[in-house]
Amino acid sequence: MGKAWKFGHDIDTDVIIPARYLNRFEPEFLADHCMEDADVSFAKEVQAGDIIVGGKNFGCGSSREHAPIAIKAAKVKAVIAESYARIFYRNALNIGMPILECPEAVAGIENGDQVDVELITGQIKNLTKGTTFQARPFPSFMQDLIKAGGLISYVKENRKNA
Amino acid sequence: MGMTISEKILAAHAGLDRVVPGEIVNAKLDLVLANDVTGPVAIQEFAKLGIHSVFDKEKVAMVPDHFTPNKDIASAEQSKILRNFAKEQNLKYYWEAGRVGIEHCLLPEQGVVLPGDLIIGADSHTCTYGALGAFATGVGSTDCAAGMATGEAWFRVPESLKFVFNGSKFQPWVGGKDLILYIIGKIGVDGARYKAMEFTGEGIKNLSMDNRLTMCNMAIEAGAKAGIIEPDEITLEYVKTRAQRDFSVYISDPDASYEKVFEFNTIDIPLQVAFPHLPENTKSVDEASGIKVDQVVIGSCTNGRLEDLKITAEILKGKKVHPEIRCLIFPGTRDIYLEALRRGWIETMIEAGASVSTPTCGPCLGGHMGILAKGERALSTTNRNFVGRMGHPQSEVYLCNPAVAAASAVRGEIVHPREVVNHG
Repeated sequence: MGKAWKFGHDIDTDVIIPARYLNRFEPEFLADHCMEDADVSFAKEVQAGDIIVGGKNFGCGSSREHAPIAIKAAKVKAVIAESYARIFYRNALNIGMPILECPEAVAGIENGDQVDVELITGQIKNLTKGTTFQARPFPSFMQDLIKAGGLISYVKENRKNA
Repeated sequence: MGMTISEKILAAHAGLDRVVPGEIVNAKLDLVLANDVTGPVAIQEFAKLGIHSVFDKEKVAMVPDHFTPNKDIASAEQSKILRNFAKEQNLKYYWEAGRVGIEHCLLPEQGVVLPGDLIIGADSHTCTYGALGAFATGVGSTDCAAGMATGEAWFRVPESLKFVFNGSKFQPWVGGKDLILYIIGKIGVDGARYKAMEFTGEGIKNLSMDNRLTMCNMAIEAGAKAGIIEPDEITLEYVKTRAQRDFSVYISDPDASYEKVFEFNTIDIPLQVAFPHLPENTKSVDEASGIKVDQVVIGSCTNGRLEDLKITAEILKGKKVHPEIRCLIFPGTRDIYLEALRRGWIETMIEAGASVSTPTCGPCLGGHMGILAKGERALSTTNRNFVGRMGHPQSEVYLCNPAVAAASAVRGEIVHPREVVNHG
């Protein structure tokens, strides 16, 4: 269970982690500047288990994997958005950062609400409002990737079996 | 039912006769690339795989272009990781300052990417190479690492959107940048999310390779997986002196299936300016006229090519950059720089009061070489105008083509080039 941090549409990877911090790639350093250009209080106040809620096209722009790495290192439990930009979606799954697509949940969660997410079933509970939402399931190939623990483990496993 | 050029390239690299949108395929790669920001993370992930060498040392490119020449100690360390990896792996494609260029200007110029190729790059603007009739898409560092190790990647075959430009005539100074900004203004920054954008029609046939590269470069700004243009005589002329290996030309079948077809009359499209803070906030240059700017940037993987510098020099010739403007020009590669120098354009720019830099991504992503202070405003030929993109979170970026940028540098505010060219 954690607090929902709600952002708008088209949250780009430049605001998730500004390029002025891309001269380093340690996850903890990136977490210290996560979402800085959208909300400077985020990195200081975010708690383990909190949830980021975004609108449509979350993670658009640059391919920097530093963006989901920063969110993961900030100990955010999951991102819930109406939709995701393609590269961000792939990057998040590849590094094992849980992201869920659920427009209904986005509409039904306000900033500061207490939210819990069941990652396996994709069930989202807004504890403040007493409502429940169901996220779209991952395509089967993605499920294999998630089960393997991200792309690196998946490739390692497949090479062993080959 | 026929196939699109994108489907044909994916099918050929997956060893299949045909593919359909939505299908997930595992396909062989012709090139995997990364830069000094994404490369170090990819190299770290590559090491975790426990594999000692890349799949093919002639099919992996490392391009130190973002924070180079190294802007500080931390970025120098990142460059060093890239350099050591290139050396250790004996990579064919790695360049140092003085020879390096902005990756998406450099690789087509050097013939490293060719028609029919399947390419992944740890840089979102990898889609640029679609201008050659290749299927190229941006990925993150982990996908890049897996690609370097296996020479393969998985793809969901995208639906294709067709953009037809009718008519061969353009309004004066209108180029590829205006066509792509116009499209993004119409369909939005997620209007082509996950799709392949195929640009075609008489308007495209009459567009130079530099302008086509600009168009495909910004397909990602509409959320696309790829931008692509069928190879024609212009493409083959461009690659014939550059290619050092065989390549394949793929053309969409007449009965190929498209999710949607958009048609435009090329002559109707005016010069575009994208307002902060999204590339979809487009207006005609006349609607932006009079907006004061502090800095003008001409260059980047979007507009740092020879034709861009030619237009810039033509407009700056015999004129002066406005006293309150910093006009920063970034030729995309060493060869572009050298050719512009030989033709006298660099001299024209410097005499006009512009600053001309060695090739680097520099200010485009707020890296270095032209960062904006709080409240400052830039007019730029780059590709993104997100919050804080070129510096302070409270600075602003407007996007346009090189003609509008150069004319506005002279005037000190956004202006249609005709105002500057006709009236001195």
